[in-house]
Amino acid sequence: MKFERYGIGIAKGLTVTIRHLLRHPTVNQYPEQRLNISRRFRGNELIWNREKCTGCGTCAKTCPQGAIEIVTATDMAENKYIVDKYEIDTGYCIQCGLCVEACPYEALYFSHNFECARYRRGELVQGKEEMLETPQRKVSGYFYPDKAQKLPGQTLLVEKITEKR
Amino acid sequence: MMIVDFIATGQGHFQAIPPDWPGGFWWHWLFFTVVVIGFVLTMVMGVIYIERRGMGRMQSRLGPNRTGPFGLLQPVADAVKVLLKENIVPAAADKLVHWLAPVVAFAPALMIFAVIPFSNGALLADLNIGILYIVAISSVSTVGVFMAGWGSSNKYSLLGAMRNVAAVVSYEIPLVLAIVGVVLIAGSLSMNQIVVAQNIPFILLQPLGFLLFFAAGCAEINRSPFDLMEADSEIVAGFHTEYSGMKFAMFYLVEYAEAVAISAIICTLFLGGWKGPLLPPWLWFIIKVMLVFFAMVWTRTTLPRIRIDQLMAFAWKFLFPMAIINLFITALQVLAGWLTQLMWAMIIVNFAVTAFMVLIWSRFFFRLGWGRIEV
Repeated sequence: MKFERYGIGIAKGLTVTIRHLLRHPTVNQYPEQRLNISRRFRGNELIWNREKCTGCGTCAKTCPQGAIEIVTATDMAENKYIVDKYEIDTGYCIQCGLCVEACPYEALYFSHNFECARYRRGELVQGKEEMLETPQRKVSGYFYPDKAQKLPGQTLLVEKITEKR
Repeated sequence: MMIVDFIATGQGHFQAIPPDWPGGFWWHWLFFTVVVIGFVLTMVMGVIYIERRGMGRMQSRLGPNRTGPFGLLQPVADAVKVLLKENIVPAAADKLVHWLAPVVAFAPALMIFAVIPFSNGALLADLNIGILYIVAISSVSTVGVFMAGWGSSNKYSLLGAMRNVAAVVSYEIPLVLAIVGVVLIAGSLSMNQIVVAQNIPFILLQPLGFLLFFAAGCAEINRSPFDLMEADSEIVAGFHTEYSGMKFAMFYLVEYAEAVAISAIICTLFLGGWKGPLLPPWLWFIIKVMLVFFAMVWTRTTLPRIRIDQLMAFAWKFLFPMAIINLFITALQVLAGWLTQLMWAMIIVNFAVTAFMVLIWSRFFFRLGWGRIEV
C-alpha cells in the first residue's frame, strides 16, 4: 500500500516548498552583485593589439560572417602595412572565435566584458580606438591559457545555496 | 449603498453595540465602516506583499525588493501603475455590464467584513445570523464575475466565468456543511458568539471540517490549485481578460479581498478569532489571518493546477460525502454531550477519524484522476 497517493505526497511537496523558503534564494542581484564569468569567456567584443598587428587580414578572411573589415596601406619605407581602418560589426558576430584562433601574430583576443548592449545598431560597429585593451576591457583567456591564469576564477550561483540566509 | 440598506433593515438584530459609545448607532456605523474599508485595503496590500515575497522565496527567487525598504511599497507601485493605464473597453462589449461588473464583484467582498469581529463585540453588525449572511453575500461576487465574462464578449472570458459559476455552485455545499459542524458546537450563528464559544480553537474539535473548509474556501475564491477560472495557460486570464486600468485593479482587489475574507472566516470559525493571550485581540486576529493566508500561499506554491473535471469530481466525490460524514459525527458528539464532558478524548478521536476517513475515502472511493498521473 503506497501512501504517496493519500496525502503523503502533498505533505512531501509542502516540506519541499518550506525548505526552499528557509534556504538562500538561488539568485544574484545583478547590477549590485556580480558573478565572475568564465575565464575563457567568448563574448562578442574583440580586443585588438595595435603593436602586434601586421595588417595581414587573416582574421577578416576567416570570419564566417564577414563582420571584420580591414583596410591597409603600404608603408614602402618601413616595408610593412599600415592599418588604416579596422572595424568589426559586433551585431553580426556569432562568437565563433575563429578570428582569434587564426591570428598568426597573437594580436586579436576576446574581451572579458559581457555588457555589450547598445541603444543604436550603429553603435555596435567598433573601430580601432574602441578595440584597444583598457583596464575596463580585460582580455579574455580564450585560446590563450597564460592570459586565463591571470583572471579571477569563475563563481557559480550554486555556491550561494549552501550559504546561510 | 447596499450596506446602508442592510443596516436599516437589519437594525432589530443588533446585539453588541458598546453601551457607552458616544452618539450611539450612527457613530458606530461610521467608525466601523471606515475601519472595515481601511482594514480591507491595508490587509490586501500586506497580503499581496506576503504572497509575492513568500512565493518568491519558495520558488528560490527573491520576489519584488526594489520599491521601498524590502520591497514593501511594491503594492503601492502596482496600484499606481495599474491606475494610470488606459481603460480599454472592447468594441463588441456590453458596455453597461462591462462597467458594472467590477463594482458588483467588489461590494460583497467588502460586505463580508461587516460581521467579522475584530475584538469582543467590535464589529459593524453583530447579526445573530452572521455566518448565514456571509454565505449568502459571498456568492454575490460570482454574479459580478459572470457579468464580467458575459459583458466582455470574449470566449475566454465567458469560459472562465462559466467555470467560476460551476465551481462556486459545487463548492458552496461542502463549504456550508463544514460551517454547520462549527455552528452545532457553538450553538449560534453569530460570528461573535462563535468566537466567544471557543474555549479551545474549533480546529481541534473539527479537524476534518477545517480541512474541508480550507479546500472548499480556496476553490470558492479561485486560488491555486483551483484557479481554473483564470488559468493563464488555458484561457488567457479568464473573466478579466478584457479588463485594464482601474477596472482590472478592482478585480485584482476583489481577488485578494476575498482571500483575506476567507482567511478571516477560517480564523473566526476554527482558530479562535480574536482570542489569544497577552497581545490585544485585534492584533491576534490580524496575526491569525496572516497565518491562514500564508498557508494558502504555501499550498498555492506547492500544488499544480487541477483540471475542470477533477475540480468537479473533487467537490462532489470527495468533499461532499466527507462533509456529510463530518456533520453526522459532529451531530452525534454534540447530542451525546461528549464534546463538553470528554473534550480532550474527543480531540484525539476526531483527529484519528480525520486521518482514517481521508485515507479510506481516497483508497476505496475517490482518487484524483483515479491515481493516473499521465492523463
